[in-house]
Amino acid sequence: MTAVDPHTDTASADHEIGRARRRKEDAHLITGRTRWTDNIVLPGMLHAAILRSPVAHARITRIDVGEAARQPGVIAVFTGADLADEQGSLPCAWPITEDMLSPPAPALAVDTVNFAGEAVAVVVARTSYEARDALDSIDVDYDDLPVVLDLADAAADTEVVYPDLGTNVSATWTFDSAEAGTGGDVDDVIRDAEIVVERTFRQQRLIPAFMEPRSVVVDPTAPQLTMWSATQVPHVLKLMLAMSLDIPEHTLRVIAPDVGGGFGGKLQVTPEEVLTLLIARRLGKPLKYTETRSETMLAAHHGRDQIQKLTLAARRDGTVTGLKVDLLADMGACLRLVTPGVPILGAFMFNGIYKFGAYRFTCRNVFTNKVPTDAYRGAGRPEATFAIERIMDELATELSMDPLEVRAKNWIRHEEFPFDTVAGLTYDSGNYEAATARARDLFDYDGLRAEQARRRERGDPVQLGIGVSTFTEMCGLAPSRVLGSLSYGAGGWEHAAIRMLPTGKVEVVTGSSAHGQGHETAWSQIVADRLGIPFDDIEILHGDTQSSPRGLDTYGSRSLAVGGIAVVAAAEKVVAKARPIAAHLLECAEDDLEFAEGRFEVTGTAKSVALTDVALAVFAAHDLPDGIEPNLDSEATYDPDNFSFPHGTHLCAVEVDTETGFVRIDRYVCVDDIGRVVNPMIVEGQIHGGLAQGIAQALYEEAVHDESGTLLSASFAEYLVPSAADLPSFVTDRTSTPAPGNPLGVKGVGEAGTIASTPAVVNSVLDALRPLGVREIDMPCTPMRVWHAIRSAEGENR
Amino acid sequence: MRIVTTVDGAVYIDDVEPRMLLVHYLRDRLGKVGTVVGCDTGNCGACTVLLDGRSVKSCSVLAVQADDHAVTTVEGLAQHGDLHPVQEAFHENHALQCGYCTPGMIMATVDLLTENPAPDEAQAREALEGNLCRCTGYQNIVAAVLDAARRTREETDDTRAARENAGGAR
Repeated sequence: MTAVDPHTDTASADHEIGRARRRKEDAHLITGRTRWTDNIVLPGMLHAAILRSPVAHARITRIDVGEAARQPGVIAVFTGADLADEQGSLPCAWPITEDMLSPPAPALAVDTVNFAGEAVAVVVARTSYEARDALDSIDVDYDDLPVVLDLADAAADTEVVYPDLGTNVSATWTFDSAEAGTGGDVDDVIRDAEIVVERTFRQQRLIPAFMEPRSVVVDPTAPQLTMWSATQVPHVLKLMLAMSLDIPEHTLRVIAPDVGGGFGGKLQVTPEEVLTLLIARRLGKPLKYTETRSETMLAAHHGRDQIQKLTLAARRDGTVTGLKVDLLADMGACLRLVTPGVPILGAFMFNGIYKFGAYRFTCRNVFTNKVPTDAYRGAGRPEATFAIERIMDELATELSMDPLEVRAKNWIRHEEFPFDTVAGLTYDSGNYEAATARARDLFDYDGLRAEQARRRERGDPVQLGIGVSTFTEMCGLAPSRVLGSLSYGAGGWEHAAIRMLPTGKVEVVTGSSAHGQGHETAWSQIVADRLGIPFDDIEILHGDTQSSPRGLDTYGSRSLAVGGIAVVAAAEKVVAKARPIAAHLLECAEDDLEFAEGRFEVTGTAKSVALTDVALAVFAAHDLPDGIEPNLDSEATYDPDNFSFPHGTHLCAVEVDTETGFVRIDRYVCVDDIGRVVNPMIVEGQIHGGLAQGIAQALYEEAVHDESGTLLSASFAEYLVPSAADLPSFVTDRTSTPAPGNPLGVKGVGEAGTIASTPAVVNSVLDALRPLGVREIDMPCTPMRVWHAIRSAEGENR
Repeated sequence: MRIVTTVDGAVYIDDVEPRMLLVHYLRDRLGKVGTVVGCDTGNCGACTVLLDGRSVKSCSVLAVQADDHAVTTVEGLAQHGDLHPVQEAFHENHALQCGYCTPGMIMATVDLLTENPAPDEAQAREALEGNLCRCTGYQNIVAAVLDAARRTREETDDTRAARENAGGAR
């Protein structure tokens, strides 16, 4: 049911870019010849297990590890006191304001625990079984402290997580279009509005739930200490470990071998990584720590968790005039790598694809006694997109307009790009009209509206709802100057290097760190086209700070739009370095040479030399022009001038059984515009997976705590990652509006499906139930929530 | 406890603790690290292997229960360097991204096609309910299952045709 057949080559046969190349990555993954971190076994390797706090907030009054230390196979037991001098504080790289409050975040709790699941002690033993067995022998006395869980209560400082700070509010961050000069004063606009829509939305707490639990191995037995970790960010991790633990950077090597998914959840410097490193170094033995799934759920960072209050001002014809956003964002118990910045990424997206003239965003970042939040697929942008797309539907409802009509009235028209938004960004390109028209056709929008009317008419117990989401997002993180202006601790460039080998083969080094995205295939396609080298003669090296010394890794839909462009730039340098040598070999002037299909050809003659032959000549170095370095290898670092702004129109039809509250997705159509496409098969896979995660937020997933702060949804039995049986087949298609800012014309795709789909689904559920008087349902829209919403609306109507 | 198992065609004799899970025996004792652990509640299916040809979650089976039985892991599927039709179908249909759930998905699919050589989409989705994937949204996995069913049928037909041809020539 896909309009874009992933099995069809979309470019001419002699060009790789645009082809649905099957992935190079697959061969070892489908045969089990894999290199997950937990597979690594080193001579003399020991195993660590972690004792975690069962309580959410307490003073540790006593830890007795004597009995544990005497258990069979146990080598050592460590508590916070043992590592207090070395462990420092886990790093936060994004101080969003100068006065942001950031309490210490030790890897191993020293005298208090601030969330259930926090590491309290580490056992090291000969085997993982012995290490885990010995945890039961550790005796800890906890003196309970008041537990802060509810976000609104936390913001009101009813009880505080850190008495020393005196408040739970870590920072308040504001963007105001009147102050920034990007628009008017939103209070004026609201005062003068013909219609004002106020809504409060809840972004539930989610768990990234990558399939490979986190694992780390540290080998301290060589001068350069080596860490293997199931991480998205080997380069960031190396730098942060060096800085926060005061380890000389050049004595560290970090390797991300095969990594089983991340979705932002492995964009972190974790307590487990720090502890494994410190303890391996102290014992002088290789050490492995692999968590259980229950530990992943408890202790790996969570995502989302916001309360969003929106005030939308509009005219009665549906023209939106301004938007005010008041956000509460749950940081959890401390600030991890980019925790405070996640809601700020959303600040630039609440205006969506619309061009109203006044905007104010205020966010309060708040501490609670829960595991910290941080990046999760979309990071700030799904939250913002949900809110604006939900409230646009509410506006349509208030005005009795079609939701697509309200959107078309307000969106940026194709001819208006590039467009400076009220939030201060410049949208590069887009064609909302084309994507929406295509989606409408594929969906049979009018036909489904007619069917909906029939079901309403006959009072069918299974009602039909139609949901719309017209989204854009900022991705390709990110222009370094922009990150600097937001006080982020690093830039947003990416690095690539190309090594021309004497046998005609090519090694490409990328600073992106793939964990399922298909870089090895896509980067090979790019290099094959740019250098005329066969696809199979190209090897992509990544995820090892020794082979790839410079990089900023993979997150924020940045790999192709930033890292891929670095590869293009490095390829151009290879050709530039080869050109004078080719001219020398062909005895012509450089200007007479044309490079195409992997050969330098003397214009207008049959004389030519292959780039691979130039590489061999350079290796031999017998006959090179004077003063030429015998080396074609090239590297490039690319820093984009702007984000890229993919967009799309997603349409969802659900059947809601009003007697059981069960929601079934009947049809899901999305038309995404991500600019040009290197591999349509990989792109479609990214969209599918993104949709599944966004739909999961709408219908299935929520991290739930009890009143004592214990995580109830602490396994896959309670945290409902959808299965194949829970999801429909999606109809996906694309329009293509090239990105003007980079030579491939590409935009990011990794987060698009997740960002767009959540509001489409919730809008469809509400669209089904509005005639019954239902106005709002919190996510996830479980059968119980939907059923209760219907029953309570009936009660009100009676 | 001493156990004798055949894993991917090789016979192993080992002393194991009675509590040792089959998946840990495969990974930690035999080095069969192609089979992975994704959870600790039997929900994710990443550790799925075949026990005497039928799929089991190897995190929910004790190593001692495999005594005197044959285990097939994802590492034992390809024969003489030729991929199994299910492996081919997963590759051709882009049914994996990070690949962590893939060993379990492939083994569950092999089992499904043994049970039902021609599943429809709904049956494929139901049959894989016990195997979680976080990357693909399942669409291409389902496509791979249906494609693998076709490939398996064709292979069977080819084998039959080859046998008949050979018989005719005799």
